[in-house]
Amino acid sequence: MKAAEFDYARPATVEEVCCLLDGATGDGKIIAGGQTLVPLLVMRLARPTLVIDINRIETLQGVDANDGGITIKAATRQADVLADTGVHQRLPLLTKGLRLVGHPQTRNRGTIGGSLANADPAAEICLVARTLDAEITVRSSKATRRIAMRDFCAGAMTTALEPEECLTDVRFPLWRDAGRIGTGFTEMSVRQSDFALVAAACQLVLDKDGVCRRIALGIGGAEASPVRAASAEKRLAGTRLEAGDIDKAMDELQAALSPLGDVHASADYRRRVAGALAARVIAEARDEAKAAA
Amino acid sequence: MAQPMADQAFRYIAKKRRPKEDRRFIAGAGRFVADLALPGMVHVALVASPYPFARIRSIDTEMALALPGVVAVLTGAELAAGTDAVMSGVDAPKVKRWPLAHQFVRYPGEWVAAVVAESRAIAEDAAELVEVDYEPLTPVTDPEAAMLSDAPAVHPDHGSNVLFRKKWVWGSVEEDFAAADHKLSFRARWHRSSTVPIETFGVVAQWNPAQQLLDVWASIQMPKFADQLAKALRLPGNGVRVHFDVDVGGSYGVKRGLKHSILVGFLAKKLGMPVRLMEDRLENMRGGDAQGPDRIFDMQVAFSREGVIRSLKIRALDDCGAHAGRAPLQLGKPIGAICGPYRVNSVEYEAISVTTNKTPQEAVRGFGQSPTNFALETAVDRVAAALGMDRLAVRRANLIRAGEFPYTIPSGSTYDSGDFQTVLEKALTAADYPALIAKRDEARRAGKLAGIGIGCCLEPSGGNSAFEPLFNPKNETTTWMEAASIKIDGAGAVVVSINTPSSGQGHESLAATVVGEVLEREPETIRVVRADSLSALPSNSPVGSRMAIMLGGAAAGAAKKLKETVTAIGAHKLGIAVSDAEYRDGAVISRADPAKKVTWEQIAEIAHRKFHELPPGIEPGLQASHVLEVPTGGKLPTPDGRVQMYPCYAFEAHIVYAEIDRVTGQVSLGPYVLGHDCGVMINPEIVHGMTYGGVAHGIGAALYERFRYDESGQFLSGTFMDYLIPSAHEVPDVAIVDHCTPSPLTAFGQKGSGEAGYLGAPAAISCAVNDALAPLELKIAELPMTPGLLGDLIATGKKG
Amino acid sequence: MSQHDISLTVNGRAYRGTVPARLTLVDFLRDHLRLTGTHTGCEHGVCGACSILFDGKPMRSCLIFAVQADGATITTVEGLAPDPAGLSVLQDCFWETHALQCGFCTPGMLIAAQALLNRNRAPTDEEIRDAIGGNLCRCTGYKQIIDAIKLAASRLQGANAPVGQTNGATHG
Repeated sequence: MKAAEFDYARPATVEEVCCLLDGATGDGKIIAGGQTLVPLLVMRLARPTLVIDINRIETLQGVDANDGGITIKAATRQADVLADTGVHQRLPLLTKGLRLVGHPQTRNRGTIGGSLANADPAAEICLVARTLDAEITVRSSKATRRIAMRDFCAGAMTTALEPEECLTDVRFPLWRDAGRIGTGFTEMSVRQSDFALVAAACQLVLDKDGVCRRIALGIGGAEASPVRAASAEKRLAGTRLEAGDIDKAMDELQAALSPLGDVHASADYRRRVAGALAARVIAEARDEAKAAA
Repeated sequence: MAQPMADQAFRYIAKKRRPKEDRRFIAGAGRFVADLALPGMVHVALVASPYPFARIRSIDTEMALALPGVVAVLTGAELAAGTDAVMSGVDAPKVKRWPLAHQFVRYPGEWVAAVVAESRAIAEDAAELVEVDYEPLTPVTDPEAAMLSDAPAVHPDHGSNVLFRKKWVWGSVEEDFAAADHKLSFRARWHRSSTVPIETFGVVAQWNPAQQLLDVWASIQMPKFADQLAKALRLPGNGVRVHFDVDVGGSYGVKRGLKHSILVGFLAKKLGMPVRLMEDRLENMRGGDAQGPDRIFDMQVAFSREGVIRSLKIRALDDCGAHAGRAPLQLGKPIGAICGPYRVNSVEYEAISVTTNKTPQEAVRGFGQSPTNFALETAVDRVAAALGMDRLAVRRANLIRAGEFPYTIPSGSTYDSGDFQTVLEKALTAADYPALIAKRDEARRAGKLAGIGIGCCLEPSGGNSAFEPLFNPKNETTTWMEAASIKIDGAGAVVVSINTPSSGQGHESLAATVVGEVLEREPETIRVVRADSLSALPSNSPVGSRMAIMLGGAAAGAAKKLKETVTAIGAHKLGIAVSDAEYRDGAVISRADPAKKVTWEQIAEIAHRKFHELPPGIEPGLQASHVLEVPTGGKLPTPDGRVQMYPCYAFEAHIVYAEIDRVTGQVSLGPYVLGHDCGVMINPEIVHGMTYGGVAHGIGAALYERFRYDESGQFLSGTFMDYLIPSAHEVPDVAIVDHCTPSPLTAFGQKGSGEAGYLGAPAAISCAVNDALAPLELKIAELPMTPGLLGDLIATGKKG
Repeated sequence: MSQHDISLTVNGRAYRGTVPARLTLVDFLRDHLRLTGTHTGCEHGVCGACSILFDGKPMRSCLIFAVQADGATITTVEGLAPDPAGLSVLQDCFWETHALQCGFCTPGMLIAAQALLNRNRAPTDEEIRDAIGGNLCRCTGYKQIIDAIKLAASRLQGANAPVGQTNGATHG
């Protein structure tokens, strides 16, 4: 299990990365943490001619809080974001999701951008980004563009990234709504550190009367990309998120899903579990918001 | 055999002692095959078939050979012409197997060509350039479909896919069924899983033309490996030297590696350079010796209204994959414990081994016993359910009583000793069974699916080879010996030589402890070394939970001979009769006058330097060896197929609590208590370690691990992302409760234990899951019980 | 195929080497430096047998290319002991509880456990399971490994705690 031959470059700037990608004419591949890419390389399922290492580009490191959002640079380690108290306080859903990403050793090496760029259907970071309507910044030698998460994941392990583009950061908008925010994240994986068969994420706002004023509910692992449960969100907004409210919304969620079946679980299984996990994270987020009072 | 001593009579045996071999492993100083680097060594990568079944039309190696760094490309035609086929365990002469596919590929991942290059990476580059022209054929993947007359034949020359089929009837089965109050039947499915060690298989071979000798280092756990390798390579037995001082990174049965070693030995001889094949995980999982039993049990039980089981009819259909391997014989071991720990009057057992287009099975921990135990324990639970009886009550009613040993079961095997009831009761006490019931019932009232599993199982140990003649009448093997030798040098230092590699079983500790016990010398001062196959005495390697019995017995035998010699020398030096001398702590003293003493060092010096002080008839030096035949071994089976394969029987009683998530189907385990009786434990920490590991392995088989194929025969579980081995998160804290019923047949009362835990955990966990499902009136007898399977069952009442 | 000069520190010693881009760090450690204590079990980042400390943090050395380790400080199992003849407290505790059988996963397990103890001297059972959850062991069922880590934690907590041995250790 040895990778096919490739050339390696370790540029110091994003500009150089873009230049190298252009020169590789579609056969360049960026490596950050390598936790997804290296297995693909050694199994020869990915065969770039040039591997471009962005681990030492300073402008791709770190977490910035700015104008209503938190921006995480692409090559920031998952473990560093998990340990970031600012993220924990202001973006708790991401912290909850990160706890379930792989295990300590992969989080020490794996990056936020790497997880997004690989777009595994079950990836926790992709699910949180989708749920919170994060925005991805990508650069090429010609342009910088921003892509909404809803447009970024284009299928299993497929994204809107063009071959000559480099993902530079992801920006999570912070909710400024009046009221109390609560979050919930859970997943079902066969073993604890496996990829999830289904994952669910929720962030919501309760007003002082306990009425849900805003809710974002995302499901990962069920379809080829993480999805938002738009119809369920609509049904839940304005309710007190009582059990009956959640049950009805879950019916809608399950009807709207088109899950995949595989050797680990059938499509029906994923649909049922998506509904159950969604109900759990809504309740978790609701109770957290109430407790924050 | 000596009568077993009580625990307190031992100095070193049964005491907590640090295992000798651990010291090198914790320093990272083990010596595994992959750690060897011979000058000029070249590396093998394998071209694997993408098809489950195809005819090989042609192989073009030109592009591969043109790649810089490539040394050679070997195909099946050349290998088949230059070697003998791999030996098969059954009499099926037209089912031939070579390390590389010849004319046909019969399973996905089968090796079609071997590429040799200066580095493994270049070999993989070149493997991609080998062009194979295949004519795909229709595969057969379902073992029952494979038995139909119109099924595609995996080996057309053999005539059918049935490799072995035999029905044994022991006792008055039909009469017992006719007379029984009740009968029931069910099907139990044990899907394909295995042991999957963390080290893949590796082998290095070097041909020495001046000596006409092939040196082999391999991560093996295989009886008669050197003999079979030499035979396949058409070399004399003394033309192959297998080095046993290689640390093996786990095996639990599968590390056979004969085909790998034939291939690499052939290449080393042909190329005149050292050759290494270190499987990567992909090669290991799809085409190596990775996969294991894959069984359908059709069970019938005849029982009384009191829950007493009278008779069993068992039909075991095993999907052995594309070649015989050890698979058919793995249907044989369970005959030695065919009714488990229970008193059953008669048994019918039909064993069927069929070929399909899947990877061949290899030997797996317990050699077929764990699947059988799962089927037997499921039968006990079904009897309890049918009668509305408590599951423990049915077990108590059927367990063999302590006073009934030695106890002979219908298939002819005599259980040496045991106290099953007491072990079960100790486990129940340790688990606080009434509290566990209360916990379960409270969980149920809270709406949870909660259950308690019970598993009462036997571990036959120390076996002889009687299942080989049982499955192949042309095989006349009647011995399955093990040996050890001991040397004491002129200064009194002790060296024990053993004759097999180890894969984690602690044989160095075992041999040192036993020899230290007999010679009354601190085991820590005893060095244990491993012979190579040319210098070794006969060994059959650590299979069938045999080494505590067989290596322990052989080492004790050699040590006793030395003790006699030392005593004779000492008595002679003291000028007294041997009968007036006493051996004490390595010295010899006069019983009449304890002040008269010859020390250990003095005796060693006499033996090595002072022939004039040796008693007549004693040869110089101090050395002894002992070759031990299996207790109860000999000519078998009887004409009616009765057989005594294993002298000793360890017993385990599992009590496990489980909850199932109603939606996800996820099973969480614990508390988990295991009552265990394997007689006297030479080193309790080593036995406990293997038992904890066996439980974890059993949890994998019960809940997670499965080699999957789709309907078109494609293999779906080739990586560690698809074949799920339990991690520290999935294995609960397990509490072991020891009990000791010594074996009357062994040197110290020991029994085997290397398969403990694994033999009963799948049965117990299945029992717990079914108890949890009982309120839903659901039941399932299919392993592994994955979340996907259980989730669909709970939601729909049937499998998804 | 690009070749790259790298320099790095392994177990306190500086090394230089020239490596092809595709060479993984574990293969560099094993085949170029002959530090064979670090093992490969799956080469695709699941089993953890290749775990090392990379700039102090536990990582998979099969998922890092050697060229990427240029300038890094690495600790392998061979570097855990205070001196070549000795054992670390954790290693000694692995011996004491028999936290291994075949020894193949042991180096990675020691690295994962040492990384835990470096930042947490009083880990709970759950924290221990989390720390070693990415290291597969097929022999032990993890019980005696968890016992060893707990024992090491208690010894490291105790001031002047002796590192006892139940019997001598003259032959490894």
